[in-house]
This record gives sequence, structure tokens and C-alpha cells, in this order.
Amino acid sequence: MTRWGMVIDLDRCTGCAACEVACKSENNIATVSPEQADLGRTFSWMKVMAQVNGDFPDTTMRFMPRPCMQCDNPPCVKVCPVSATYLGEEGIVGQIYARCIGCRYCANACPYTVKYFNWYAPEWPETARHALNPDVSVRPKGVIEKCTFCHHRLQRAKEEARSDGRELQEEDFQPACAEVCPTTAIVFGDLDNPRHRVHELKQDPRAMRLMEELGTEPKVYYLTPRA
Amino acid sequence: MRSDIAAKLASLPPDEQVLLRPLVVTTSRFYIAAAILGGILLWGLFAYYLQVHKGLGGTGLNRPEYWGIYIIDFVFFIGISHAGTLISAILRVSKAEWRRSITRSAEFITVLVLGFGAIQPIIDLGRPDRLFNVIFHAHLRSPLLWDVTSIGLYFTASTIYLYIPMIPDLAIIRDSGIKATWFYTFLAIGYQDTPTQRARLERIIGVLAIVVIPIAISVHTIIGWIFAMTLRPMWHSTIFGPYFVMGAIFSGIAAILIAMVVLRRAYGLENYFKPIHFDYMGRLLLLFSLLWFYFTFAEYLTAFYGAEPAEMRTFWAKLTGPFAVPFWAMVLGCFVIPLGLMSQKSMRTPRGTLIASIAVVIGMWLERYNIVVPTSVNPRWDMESLGHYFPSWVELSILAGTFAGFILLYMIATKFFPIVSIWEMKEGREQSVHEVAVRVAGYLPEPLVASARSE
Repeated sequence: MTRWGMVIDLDRCTGCAACEVACKSENNIATVSPEQADLGRTFSWMKVMAQVNGDFPDTTMRFMPRPCMQCDNPPCVKVCPVSATYLGEEGIVGQIYARCIGCRYCANACPYTVKYFNWYAPEWPETARHALNPDVSVRPKGVIEKCTFCHHRLQRAKEEARSDGRELQEEDFQPACAEVCPTTAIVFGDLDNPRHRVHELKQDPRAMRLMEELGTEPKVYYLTPRA
Repeated sequence: MRSDIAAKLASLPPDEQVLLRPLVVTTSRFYIAAAILGGILLWGLFAYYLQVHKGLGGTGLNRPEYWGIYIIDFVFFIGISHAGTLISAILRVSKAEWRRSITRSAEFITVLVLGFGAIQPIIDLGRPDRLFNVIFHAHLRSPLLWDVTSIGLYFTASTIYLYIPMIPDLAIIRDSGIKATWFYTFLAIGYQDTPTQRARLERIIGVLAIVVIPIAISVHTIIGWIFAMTLRPMWHSTIFGPYFVMGAIFSGIAAILIAMVVLRRAYGLENYFKPIHFDYMGRLLLLFSLLWFYFTFAEYLTAFYGAEPAEMRTFWAKLTGPFAVPFWAMVLGCFVIPLGLMSQKSMRTPRGTLIASIAVVIGMWLERYNIVVPTSVNPRWDMESLGHYFPSWVELSILAGTFAGFILLYMIATKFFPIVSIWEMKEGREQSVHEVAVRVAGYLPEPLVASARSE
């Protein structure tokens, strides 16, 4: 059974945020005004978290790209009153924008705070409107959205593989963040397929998952820094 | 008042004259208050119209502060609604005779405030137009759906529980002819107060009083569970179900006391809400402020002693951090003031209970604020930045509109229905005084019972 997952090597991550930018343009993520950003209403399906440790001058900085963890036991799916968020067959946690009632219970239930709410109807600068991705639906106001592992790319890759009469390969389906990462810190594939890199990487001694103790079974692994 | 109606009213027995008077006499102060409240309600409706039109952006909500005033009000109003049904049912079942003048006004609070509570999560929805998805796409594992079910059941049960014990009074109004007869003829459904009808009525009330208790308890338990079922620090707590039920009854008692003081003054009901009623209700308030302290202390001590880092961030945010003011104001309102006042007999008066009750109502609103907001702005993950929350004018307008709407509806209800049960007063005078004497005699050793019978 296919279980799409991600391994992020924190030793390789430079905090360049290319993944964040790629995600924004790939997924038609709305831009908000500086005033709205100050209110805490930005959208970042993929977000590079930064943390400074220690006191000056002995400080270190830690970066951590954070997509949706695509949990195998997702707390958000349990609480949704209308099944607008659900666990798909290949392990991707999906959102049905046309069904969501906007109660934001899932956003509160997610321990990783990866859910975003459309406080207003989405807006883009005039120049960006021409660059919207026709494969990704634009969200209306009042619904929840989040990272989907670029699920639309999976659909397209499957169709292409089927028309070519061949099996889906690892390189056929890569989300925008993994594709663009200049240091290949983000590796994506089928966690259960021994031919995919993530299959071996997730068993690395450095591999850990965020808040594993909560039993959410995330499918995003991190390789902790060696130093 | 028209002279024929005045004559009809004057021909009624004394209890009915006093208790039906508000139905036919309306003072100018009533109209002024109603106009002000109506204005505030319209302002609130306008704010909601803007919110629907533009989206929830008009609120102060953000990420991760997803729930604010509306959810606080939801918990608060549904809590107040436990006033009537639960208290009146418990007092009925336990045969507390002093309940007779209080139950009706309490049951009205329940039914009216419940509606205003139940619309809060709908006001909070990003897509109110898709509300019925909770039926079309019902997901039974969601605590929100349990909530929809239990509130629906509670609203039905408490409306029936308000209506059935009111039927004899509706028949009295129908027969008095002081108000539109067709309306009361319809509502009184042919009740003539025959012994068979009376016995049947009492039996139904007896069954209902028992049935509504578990339903009422389920409602606020499930509201507590909405929070407790998530993995959020200081929400994920097994005590939340009973804690919420206790808090609901606590704020409900305070709401009844405020209503009693106002009704007593406005409609001259000093004879019905007597010092003894305030004394007893004040004792109940005292009991619940002690219970509140016990539950709150247990909840916070457990979190503190376990000292999980994620829990402690929220814990200290409340005790000494940005939420210290609402937290300690809550302790003052829910514990210090009611304990200080209600533990003295000289303060269990209308004035004393009013002050304590207002403190409790404010304190309990703050308790819900202290549950919803500090956890929301302190995500479990320490790399996530902290949130902030300041309610916008839209939220505050809707808050004011909701309060005004509830009070206005309650005022209007007192113009159509007697706010003190007439027949239960009569029954108290005619039957219960004797029944209680027999009952008390029945508690005592046999020889005394024999002598009581021989009298």
C-alpha cells in the first residue's frame, strides 16, 4: 500500500525558504496585507520555523521546514463535524473546501498548527493573478486549508504514467517544496516502497517525528542535526 | 388599562391579581428599557450582517487564536441555561417546597437563553450558509455533532418542561378574559383543572423533572468535552465534563437571583420572592462557590504538579503572564466575593445576593475566557510563535446584541405569561402545608405518627 511521506534532513536545511515560496506559487496561496499579517493571518502551508538557542555570542540557529505532518492518526479528522477533512487512501489528509463549514475545530485540534483559515476572500496582486496554477482550486472565504503534499501533482503523475503504460516512479511525483529545495534537504516518496529513498531514510538513527508521543503517527520525518 | 379589563382583574383572587397584573399593565419604564435593548439588538444584528458579508476577518480572531468571544459566549449562555431546568427539576424532585415561586422565572431563563447560546457557534462559522452540512454530512465521531444532538434534545425537553407546568395558568388567563382569549385557549389545550387532568399533569411533570436532569447534565458535559477531546494543553483534561456542569449550575443560580431581584422590584413581587428565598438561594450560591474553588484548585494543581512544559506555558500565562488580570478577576468573582458575602446571614438579602450574583456572572464569563483564549494563543509546539487576541468592535457588538436580545425577550415573555406559577402557589397553600406536616410526622418514630393521626 502506498503511504506518501517526507524526510527532511535538518543538517542540510539552510533556512533559505525556497520551499515556502515554491509552495505559495504552486498552491495559489493568497497574499495578505501587512496589517493582516500583523494580526497573524498569513498563509504558509509550508513554513520554515526558526529558533535561536543560547545567549549571545554563543548562539546557534535551528531551522525546521514544517508542512502538514499528514498523520496516519490525524486529530483534525476525528473532530470535523462534516468530514470535510479526511484521511485519503494513500495517506494524504485532504480538505473538501466545498463542504467545510468553517468551525475551525480541526485547526484547534492540530498539535502542529498547520491549518489556515480564510478570514476574507483570497486576494492576489494583479501581476500574480496571471500566474495562478489552474490545477489547484482557489479557496473561498470562510474555509480551512492546508498542505496537501501537492496532491494535484499526484493525480497528474498517475494519469501520465497510465497513458505511458508504466508504473509510477519516485521522480514522477514530487511536491513543489521537495522539487525546489537547493540542498535536497527535503526528500519525498512512498514510505512503504523499498525503491524509494524515504523508505531507507526514515530508518536512519537520526530520524524522528514531531511530538511522536501524542500517537498521531506523522508521515513527515526529520533527520536531527549531527552537531 | 381599559376599564373592563381592570374590572375583570379586580374580580380575580388576590394571587392572580398580583401575578397577572404585569400582563395587562405596562409602565413607561418598560417601554424605555425595551427601546434601548431593541436598539442594541439591532446594532448587533447590523454587526453580524457585516460579518456575513465580509467574512470573519472583521473579528479579532487569527491563527492560532481561532476561537474567541463567540465560543466564550456559547459556553457562557448555555451555562446560564442550566439555571432553570436543572435547578427547578432538582428542587421539584427533592420536594423543596420553597421552590414554588421561583421555578417559572428560572425555566424561562433556560429556554430563552438556550436559543441565544445555541446561535453563537453558528455566528462563529466561516460558512453559516453550509450549516446543514452537519446533518447532510454528519460525522458522528466529532464532539461538535454530539453537541448539536444534546442541545437539540435539551431545547426540546426544556421547552416542554416550561410549557406543561404552565398549562393550568394559561387556563386561568383564558378564563379571566384579560388577554386575547383565542391565544390562551389554543395554548391551554382544553385544560379545565378537573381532578383527572390535575393528576395527569402532576404525573407528567414528575416524569419530565427526572428526564431533564440527565439531559441537562449531558449538555454541558459535552461542551466541556469539545475542549477536552483535543490534545491542547490545559484543555485535554478529564475533569472538564463535571467542571463545566458545576460551573453551569453556579452561573445559573446567579442568573436566577438577578432575575428574582429585578422582577421583585419591577412587578412588586415582594410577597413571592421573600427574604427566605434569597437566604436559601444565597446558601446554594455559597455551596457552589466552594465547589467551584474545589474543582478549579484540583484542575490547576494537577497541571502544576505534573509540570509538563507545554501545560506549564499556558499555566503561567494565566497565573502570572498576560492573562493574570482576567484570571485573578475570575477568582475574585467566582470565589472571594460570593464566599465573603454569602457566608454571612446578613448579606443573604436581595441586595447582598444581587452583588454576589453579578460578581459570579462576570467571574464565570471570565472563567470561559480563561479556558478558551490562553490555551488558543499558546500552541503546544514551542517553535510556533505565540498568538494574541483583542476582540474587534464586531465581536463586542454581537456580544452586546446577544445580551440585549435575551433580556428583551425575557421582558416580553413576562408580558404574556405569569412569571410566578399561580396554580403552584395555590396548591402550596391548599395542599402542601398539610402534606408537609404529614411528611415530617412520617419521618419521626412510630408513636408520634400515631398521635399525629389521632389529631
